Amino acid sequence: MAKKTPDNPDEMAQKLLAGDRRAAARMITLIENQSEKSSQFMKLVYPNTGKSMVIGLTGSGGSGKSSLINHLIRQYRDQGKRVGVVAVDPSSPFSGGALLGDRIRFQAHSMDDGVYIRSMGSRGYLGGLARSTNDVVRIMEAMGNDVVIVETLGAGQDEVDIIHVAQTCVLVLTPNMGDDIQAMKAGIMEIADIIVLNKADLDGAISCLHSLEATIQLGISRKEGSWTPPLIPTVASAAKIEDLQGINELVKAINDHQEYLHQSHAIDEVQTKRIEQELGLVFKDEVQKFIFKGLKGTGKKQQYIKAIFDGRTDPYSVVEEVLKTFLKEGSKVKETISSKQQI
Amino acid sequence: MNQNKIKVIVSKVGLDGHDRGVKVVATLLKEAGMEVVYLGMYQTPEGVIKAAVDEDADVIGLSYLSGEHLVYTPKIVDEMRKSGLDDVLLVVGGSFPPEDVPVMKEMGVDEVFRGGSLTESIVDYIKKNTRGKS
Repeated sequence: MAKKTPDNPDEMAQKLLAGDRRAAARMITLIENQSEKSSQFMKLVYPNTGKSMVIGLTGSGGSGKSSLINHLIRQYRDQGKRVGVVAVDPSSPFSGGALLGDRIRFQAHSMDDGVYIRSMGSRGYLGGLARSTNDVVRIMEAMGNDVVIVETLGAGQDEVDIIHVAQTCVLVLTPNMGDDIQAMKAGIMEIADIIVLNKADLDGAISCLHSLEATIQLGISRKEGSWTPPLIPTVASAAKIEDLQGINELVKAINDHQEYLHQSHAIDEVQTKRIEQELGLVFKDEVQKFIFKGLKGTGKKQQYIKAIFDGRTDPYSVVEEVLKTFLKEGSKVKETISSKQQI
Repeated sequence: MNQNKIKVIVSKVGLDGHDRGVKVVATLLKEAGMEVVYLGMYQTPEGVIKAAVDEDADVIGLSYLSGEHLVYTPKIVDEMRKSGLDDVLLVVGGSFPPEDVPVMKEMGVDEVFRGGSLTESIVDYIKKNTRGKS
């Protein structure tokens, strides 16, 4: 089968901004694969981002994140909004493959042109998302989605990268996952702007609600005007739509939180944090790429590995040496940057 | 783990509720290092194709058991053509009479794997025949 011809970044960006889903799909693939063109694409896309509402859902595997998102999509579509969904599932540490199963829950929207859904494998990246999830969110913003929903992979205690991507983080819990000490621990419990107790029709839900309520009270900031995460019991999966619970309340809580962010100008802080995280990631990647490119073909990488293996040196000394060499070469760049600093 | 991955959509269209086979295939493709989007059962041809577009899939895999393969396959091929997915591989697997294999290939299916096919043969076929992604 013929190999696809390389795509022209400007042309693709234009199509993307016009809402073309094939252009978006192709661009996301290239960015996921960290192709040479990624930064070129992102430079073109970036100015058209930052205006959408970005909601994150996190929680353990099987807690009902996808099922809740299914209902959120419906509600936002009823309001006439365009919705993008990025759903991350884990990649195999052995084969590198992944089974991406979140789309099953979104079947009701499989024919709706106002919904764009993309599944991603985490590809070994820790933190509950994939390396390029933030870029994918930006692409979905640029293609004109009013709301972008990000679903993390099944997250336990410490996969908290979602706070750097989403403005409103929803933590999805289910009954009987542990006592109140579990809920008091640092990490994922702290990042929630909204806490959902899904499967609230199961036994044990009521006592779970009480202990979560108590834990939230413990953690309330005494600062005036700060946000207290609401606790919402939901039932996201039911045979009849009347048997669903808490969906309207969840949508309202998300709206309340967004309103709070905008009125208190906390939104600027959220966006700044997102940029800070993004800058760090891009910086790390590009420096690493730059240095590995410089080492490529010199055989030095293998020499360093051998030297470490033989006990003649260690990774820290090697990195220091390599950085020194590159920084010396880079000092010319530094001069150019400082002479341009007037901007 | 950032090299290019083969992305496969696997699904069942129509009212056929036998999903054991498609789950086995999805798992073995995952174990072969592919990213497999499982859409589940009871899909429509339009829905499958829209998912393939959004996911930028390299391969669409359909599984049949209850005899709807000659009904839905031409619809899938037609939808693929309408959406310009001519560089996407269409692979069909499942349980059907041997004489239907050439019929489906005539319709536009790239390859057919009947019950009893070796897992290696499916993986090898996909690896050899997917388009390259730059």
